[in-house]
Amino acid sequence: MDSVNHLAILPIIIPMAAIIINLLVGDSRAERTIAINVVFGILNLGVAALLFVTVALGAAEAVWLYPLGDWPVPFGIVLVADRLSATLVLTTAILALASLIYASARWHNRGTHFYPLLNAIIMGVNGAFLTGDLFNLFVFFELLLAASYGLALFGGGRNRVRAAMHYIVINLVASSLFLLGVALIYGTVGTLNMADIARAAPLIVESDRGLFEAGCAVLGIAFLIKAGSWPLHFWLPNTYSSAAPPVSALFSIMTKVGFYSILRLWTLVFASEGGEVTFAQHTLLVLGVATVAFGSIGALSCKALDRLASYLIIVSAGTLLLAVGYNVPSVTAGAILYAVVATLAAGAIFLLKDVLDQILPAESQILAVSLELYGDEEEEVDEDEEVSPAIPAATTLVSICFAIAALMMAGLPPLSGFIAKFAMIEGAFASEGAPTMATWWFTAALMLSGLLVLIAMVRNGINIFWASLPAGTLVQLRPLEIGPIVGLLAVCVLLSVAAGPAMGFLIETANVLHAPLTYTNAVLPGAGS
Amino acid sequence: MELILALAIGVLTSSGVYLVLRPRTFQVIIGLSLLSYAVNLFILSMGRLRMDAAPILSGAGANPADYTDPVPQALVLTAIVIGFAMTALFLVVLLAARGLSGSDHVDGREN
Repeated sequence: MDSVNHLAILPIIIPMAAIIINLLVGDSRAERTIAINVVFGILNLGVAALLFVTVALGAAEAVWLYPLGDWPVPFGIVLVADRLSATLVLTTAILALASLIYASARWHNRGTHFYPLLNAIIMGVNGAFLTGDLFNLFVFFELLLAASYGLALFGGGRNRVRAAMHYIVINLVASSLFLLGVALIYGTVGTLNMADIARAAPLIVESDRGLFEAGCAVLGIAFLIKAGSWPLHFWLPNTYSSAAPPVSALFSIMTKVGFYSILRLWTLVFASEGGEVTFAQHTLLVLGVATVAFGSIGALSCKALDRLASYLIIVSAGTLLLAVGYNVPSVTAGAILYAVVATLAAGAIFLLKDVLDQILPAESQILAVSLELYGDEEEEVDEDEEVSPAIPAATTLVSICFAIAALMMAGLPPLSGFIAKFAMIEGAFASEGAPTMATWWFTAALMLSGLLVLIAMVRNGINIFWASLPAGTLVQLRPLEIGPIVGLLAVCVLLSVAAGPAMGFLIETANVLHAPLTYTNAVLPGAGS
Repeated sequence: MELILALAIGVLTSSGVYLVLRPRTFQVIIGLSLLSYAVNLFILSMGRLRMDAAPILSGAGANPADYTDPVPQALVLTAIVIGFAMTALFLVVLLAARGLSGSDHVDGREN
């Protein structure tokens, strides 16, 4: 290790520096705090982009190692940046910057310590994506969870405290399960380095095999709780819809940390068994279908947009689980693209909901909710006013944003949500052998969830934009608030335009992911295997 | 030794799970603490049980077989610190919920 590249640790160091500086400077002068944090957010985005470009320009097999304290690899903790981590770190940075700018318009002073907590979440998420050590993964999980507890409570109020309390209890139990799984794995393979586990896993004696798989299963349950899989997701809609909007937007990356952990560990540890059915593959498929079904039906039942967005997150979590369970490189490639665009679009919906709350007068929101309960016979329109009032430009902008987000989440052409879903389905059919039952379930789940999500979004959009928007009144949008939403959706649209290169990049990424020897050999040079 | 440890972990876990499922927040937090004790003991046992063996090598040429595995002890230390912080945080949330809803029920409603 003569030329250690420090780029891999910067996405962790920069948010940490931001936390420290925020605590030193304090919240006393709002403009100064905002300026500092926007600078840090942009810096974080810059570093993430630099890491991404560096990794992307290298060979597809290139894995960037950062041994902390320069300890030799299986003994010390190591950070590993490969294409998958770099992609997700970049996604986190984009989402975090949008949430930060949005919050600086007015949300940041609804409570204390918004910015340090936000940076702590970024640090935890980046660390979880970059670490190559199982126990270190636990520490970063705890870091991001601790910050998320604080953020879920941000703003206070009875609903928030109640939802956050349930969220904390469930995650504390999940952390216990995480530790149990890690301990079982350590007890059977004697190492916590992920590459070392992958190397040692096939060598486990037969009598310990059951214990090792039990450990992985317990660990998997902890990940599934975080990923929001059915039937472990009941904490999710309440927490996400009662948190402050910029916070919920940021939270949409958190379920992807669970997805990432499962993908990383399963492709590393269990892929070595060849093309056969790997450990728990069927379970993941069944859970994925159940999650998608529950999420779609839940989305149909929602009248409020923030609750609907929570169920959309469950749908996307289920889709990603299905893709991991399918365990084929071309499906995984589509899933990574889907993870990126679904995160950004869900974040945009949470922010949009807040913008709409400011535009819509409270009484018309009640109308939108109760429209279907009581019918609309009371909407006797005064004949004189029916002169097709002009729709203000600001409303048009908001409704275009809503339409783009709806298309993204439902996976309709021409946007990248469709391309990602199409890539997954095409990958499922293109894989070797005749289409199996799993292929048909997979395809049906993806298609039907798209339809149900579309119905839910369209119904919501009609209620908001056609039934309850006040026509003619002057609608004012804060640039700081609509800007991040447009930005997030612009990235999604950009990904649709640049879908060719993006998919090419991701297919290489997925091929490397499914050939874990490259990862293992890069992290443990000379281990042979 | 093995039996005692296994019994301790089992009793702690079952009491913990029972308490976590109870309706009052105070019972839940005690249950979570018991669960984390059980998990800590479990992690320790994963380094194999050894009596009277130090975890840190002293001097060159020491025989590693005379020492116990230090990694689980380091893990437990980290887990204890994190668990302690989380319990403290949960305690604050619990008090806030008690103050806001006027009830120590987990869903903020009596009955």
